[in-house]
Amino acid sequence: MNTNSRIWHLVVILAIFSAPLLIMYVFQVMDSFTERRPDSLWPGELDLSNWRFLWEKIDSGRPSIWVVTFNTFVFATTTAVAVTSLSTMAGYALSRLNMPGRPYFLGGLIMLHAFPTITLIIAIFIILQFLGLFDSLLGIIFVKAALELPFGIWIMKGFYDTVPWEIEMAGVQDGASRVRVWWELVLPQVKPGLAALLIISFLSGWSEFVLPLVLAPGSSTQVLATYMNAVIQDDATADFGLFKAIGMFYSIPVIVIYLLFQKQLMNIYGGGTKG
Amino acid sequence: MELKLNKFTKRFGDTTVIKDMDLTVASGEMLALLGPSGCGKSTTLFAICGIHKMSGGTLHFGERDVTTVPAQQRSVGVVFQNYALYPHMTVEQNIGFPLKVQKLSKSVIKAEVARLAELVQIGDLLNRRPAQLSGGQQQRVALARAMIRKPDVLLLDEPLANLDAKLRLEMRSEIRRIQRETGITAILVTHDQVEAMSMCDRIALMKEGKIVQLDKPENMYANPGTQFVAGFLGNPPISFLPATAGETLSLGGNQTLARPSTLDAQGDIVIGIRPEHFGPQHGTGLEGEVIFVEPQGREDLIDVRLDNGGAICAILPSGEPVKLGQRVNWGVASERILAFANDGSRL
Repeated sequence: MNTNSRIWHLVVILAIFSAPLLIMYVFQVMDSFTERRPDSLWPGELDLSNWRFLWEKIDSGRPSIWVVTFNTFVFATTTAVAVTSLSTMAGYALSRLNMPGRPYFLGGLIMLHAFPTITLIIAIFIILQFLGLFDSLLGIIFVKAALELPFGIWIMKGFYDTVPWEIEMAGVQDGASRVRVWWELVLPQVKPGLAALLIISFLSGWSEFVLPLVLAPGSSTQVLATYMNAVIQDDATADFGLFKAIGMFYSIPVIVIYLLFQKQLMNIYGGGTKG
Repeated sequence: MELKLNKFTKRFGDTTVIKDMDLTVASGEMLALLGPSGCGKSTTLFAICGIHKMSGGTLHFGERDVTTVPAQQRSVGVVFQNYALYPHMTVEQNIGFPLKVQKLSKSVIKAEVARLAELVQIGDLLNRRPAQLSGGQQQRVALARAMIRKPDVLLLDEPLANLDAKLRLEMRSEIRRIQRETGITAILVTHDQVEAMSMCDRIALMKEGKIVQLDKPENMYANPGTQFVAGFLGNPPISFLPATAGETLSLGGNQTLARPSTLDAQGDIVIGIRPEHFGPQHGTGLEGEVIFVEPQGREDLIDVRLDNGGAICAILPSGEPVKLGQRVNWGVASERILAFANDGSRL
């Protein structure tokens, strides 16, 4: 048996297991653009009414999709920027500065990363309530950023670890301060990591569901994930065509980002600079 | 500018790496810190440039006490073993970076970069990035960057270690030329005795955190202070043989050598014979069997096992009809024999 046919076996097995997903995606696209016929598996005529949420409110009690999208965008962007900038500094400190308790910090990071954060949700709820940030975008931005930070710091530390010490020593010898060395000489070496972390934490914010659902349930702070949840839950008769269309709309930015930034995203597993 | 280390001590935690080291490098001199790995030579270098804090002692550049001055404010240029060029900058930006930090105007920086590029002969590479340069070119860039501030002292940390053999020869003379042309005080850290001997005015040979001998290369070679120094310098290395000093030097197994006239020791000693002082051109005296012949082009290295069991190395012009397994009876230039006591000190 040669390798080629063995790979074929694998491909067949993988195809069988991923077929349900693929079929569902196909139907999602198809159903969102067509009229649903209850008596048949195959869709009917082309029909854009499922996409009506784009130009009208789907019912009076709900905010416009554009407000929700804006909320989601603000939420994802702010957490991504906060996580990336804080991780960039913290990762450097953990990689380079000889501070007391550094090993415990590193151990703590891994633990926090592995910790099922959802178990903290009640405590976080009380804290937000206490701070007056409950049911506000700012509140969930803080929480999301805090929960993403261990991962971000760990990734950035890994990238800094690959930057040769000599580059920093040379910078110091050339008369530059530590801050300037970091900003002007080291940071450019970890740019791939920065880009990847920014994208990943944006995507993570974009798809966040539980935090906004529990900590910002009001309609003014709705994000796309909770909006979709509301659409499918509240209606007496669930409109799956509408739900699928919103789902499509929700995943477009994700698909676009993956298409545009594949290379940067792969980097996070490679790490470091070449030459 | 003269550099003076006084009672320099360096500890890492509880381990003392260097204790009470004194070293003076004259203005315009090039000095080699030579020694095996772990002898403290790089530690010394990093203390001079300010990357390591000194645990004790003082450091002066000329009259200026720089013991506690941070690295940024010491006027030291460093060339690192892997050159440590900034990968995201062009050659021009790399060389100009120290001046950019000093906030000099763009035109001044450009002129200075051009001057240095001329000195190290890389004028046509200014727009390239380090990844597009060969090892030798990267080295030149690193040298230019280290020199552009006109530092008081230039430090070179194993600058030739990453180059191939041919480039190493070329850069050896290049570095020396640049150092001579600029008259800068320089310290070269290396574990390669050939580099140290060929490039430097003086060599400080270090072992276990101490300078065991500080001398001109030719003196250190001809007149080593200890057995360690004699063994460290010279390639192929010197051969050591145990001997008993009496009327003659007795090597055991009926092999004897004439005493050097300057030797006045008696009893058990160790003698060192350099390869060029053993061979047929020095008459006869030591009998043995050729156990290894290593042709090197211009010369052949020949290992001889003496009949008493000792081994000794000779270097002969190539073409000598010496074969593996051949019996030889070759002489030694007895006045050039180096004698050491059993504790390694020179007699």
